[in-house]
Amino acid sequence: MNEIWVALGEAGRLIGGLDAKLTEIVFLSLRVSLTAVLVASALGLPLGAAIAVGRFPGRQALIVILNALMGLPPVVVGLFVYLMLSRAGPLGQFGILFTPAAMVVAQTILILPIVAALSRQVVEDAWQEYREQLRSLGAGPWTSAVTLLWDTRFSLVTIVLAGFGRAAAEVGAVIIVGGNIDGVTRVMTTAIALETSKGDLPLALGLGVILLSLVLALNAAAYWVKEAAQRRYG
Amino acid sequence: MLPLVLDSVSFRVNGKTIIDRVSIEIGTGPRTIILGSNGAGKSVLMRLCHGLLEPTSGSIVWRGAVNGHQRQAMVFQRPVMLRRSAVANVVYGLKLAGVAPRERELRARDVLEAVGLASVAGRPARVLSGGEQQKLALARAWALGPEVLFLDEPTANLDPGATRDVETIIGQIRAGGTKIVMTTHNLGQAKRLGDEILFLSQGRLVERTPVEQFFTKPASAEADAFIRGELPWN
Amino acid sequence: MELKKRELFGVLLMALALSAASPASLAQDFITVASTTSTEQSGLFKHLLPIFQKKSGIEVRVVALGTGQSLDMGKRGDADVVFVHARSLEDKFIAEGYGVKRFPVMYNDFVLIGPKSDPAKIGGGKDTLEALRKIKAASAPFVSRGDKSGTHTAELALWKQAGIDIAREKGPWYRDTGQGMGPALNTASSMNGYILADRGTWISFKNRGELVILVEGDKRLFNQYGVILVNAEKHKHVKKELGQAFIDWVISHEGQKAIADYKIGGEQLFFPNANVKGA
Repeated sequence: MNEIWVALGEAGRLIGGLDAKLTEIVFLSLRVSLTAVLVASALGLPLGAAIAVGRFPGRQALIVILNALMGLPPVVVGLFVYLMLSRAGPLGQFGILFTPAAMVVAQTILILPIVAALSRQVVEDAWQEYREQLRSLGAGPWTSAVTLLWDTRFSLVTIVLAGFGRAAAEVGAVIIVGGNIDGVTRVMTTAIALETSKGDLPLALGLGVILLSLVLALNAAAYWVKEAAQRRYG
Repeated sequence: MLPLVLDSVSFRVNGKTIIDRVSIEIGTGPRTIILGSNGAGKSVLMRLCHGLLEPTSGSIVWRGAVNGHQRQAMVFQRPVMLRRSAVANVVYGLKLAGVAPRERELRARDVLEAVGLASVAGRPARVLSGGEQQKLALARAWALGPEVLFLDEPTANLDPGATRDVETIIGQIRAGGTKIVMTTHNLGQAKRLGDEILFLSQGRLVERTPVEQFFTKPASAEADAFIRGELPWN
Repeated sequence: MELKKRELFGVLLMALALSAASPASLAQDFITVASTTSTEQSGLFKHLLPIFQKKSGIEVRVVALGTGQSLDMGKRGDADVVFVHARSLEDKFIAEGYGVKRFPVMYNDFVLIGPKSDPAKIGGGKDTLEALRKIKAASAPFVSRGDKSGTHTAELALWKQAGIDIAREKGPWYRDTGQGMGPALNTASSMNGYILADRGTWISFKNRGELVILVEGDKRLFNQYGVILVNAEKHKHVKKELGQAFIDWVISHEGQKAIADYKIGGEQLFFPNANVKGA
């Protein structure tokens, strides 16, 4: 128990002092996960809407697979991307292994199924409600998909925030493809892993508190957005 | 676009026949009301005419001369509004119809004025009352300048005041030259708003009679039973 | 509504651009060095690399893994230089053509660690092999790294020298964890077990619990480090000039002095021996 109090004290000291190393790690974490979630959303939201609105052979199977991919273990994604980006691998010529770019790639792969599968569900539910009216007004499938994406935007924001939270909190993928290089690819989660393995538990717990606060703030923001939107827009 | 010609149209689902070899020609002029008991197939017939459903057999053809912008619109029992302002909902329909941006705004505001919703034009459509939303749905359809307006039990969920307003608006739309095709359970409304009655019984078109005659001397036994069976204040 | 959508899009684009913009150091020369977790965690690189970077302008990015994985990185061409401590594996690496030449750099030593209570009664001894036999006889908990690392390789060699076929003779007292040095020490600390560790990691390890050094100074516990340039003939993109510059510096008088200067709590961790024949 005492260890936890010491950790909180350590966290306060680090945050209050705006420790340079700490801020570098936090900003890198945010940059990597933010970029990943933006790319994953740019790809995943239209994909989810298209599957929701479309009718094609194999659609049901695709939905099942997409839902299953939400549970991709980060460390497996990391291994796969590592093998792809390694110099000995097919995409090695780009030389992005052990850089933040590789981390973005891995995290994008990790959260793309989440964004696509959840947005598919949200858009499909809305489609049930809107389908007749939209068709009556003359909206084709693509127009409908775009309209539905905008109309469900508040639920989609929640999904995007969930994706960001998942990316910011994972360590298995980024530690393999990033290599946890000091000053280059060390993010909050990999730093926590490192400090823990060094036995510097107070520092690890301190970083953990910061990460936890970030995740909590994200969830609060998601909740608040949903609530405010519900009240304003109905 | 009119006349609309149905030739031996049937609609079957899961082995059940919902519309049974209906042949009819719906032309310009009289306000057409479709009556029948629950399950007679009124809503399905409307949707077949509007184009939301495909007939299982038989044909549905718009025989009239088509010149460009002619269209048909539908108002449903439950209005479906997009998560945006009232005026934006009307503009949405106009945009789909290919109307230029400047004209979209003007037409939308005009029609909202005409249905008495000018004061709530900027409010989120989904927070409006049931009556206001239905008036908005009418406005949205009216703005398109349709040749035919289908209405599926438009006042079934509204209180008497809103019902009166809606009936007035339908009258205005009719006065502008739009053909009205409507279903209702409200016999008083049918008498008020209709010129001719199409009576459906178990998916078959049993009778087509001018409104006065239908209620005093219906031609078919089913219609007779129907009028007697319906409570006077429906 | 139209304007708001455009504003939002603009903000998103800016955020994306900012986040994708890499730090200026991307334009700088850098090499990738594959090394071991124990070396990195000792803090040596944090001390050594800034000195090298100031002198040469070359940034050194260290990816710290187990020895096995570090050498694998070299084979795949994902590193320019490997810096490990497992002689037999290093020789194999060169024999198979993945490395150019091996240079000895420094050595540190292993220490045999255990709980203060010392159930196997090995404390104060100078014979590692005798200590291992006593641990086995007492069935005292022993934590192994089990990860093909230099430390793990050394541990297995010691069991063999003690005349014990550990793969067949181990019992539940032998905990094969598959972890790096730090996590393995954590495990030993929480179960009051014995463990072989490198002195560097031990000195900077903060979660000791009841653990203390029980056996040290035995020549068998010396741990030799070698540095190898990855063979550019196998992987054309390997930065051989920059990599060689790093190796040259590390074995130079200046580099060796920097290694010797690295101390924790006044204690020197690594002993430079690049000029010692046969090291």
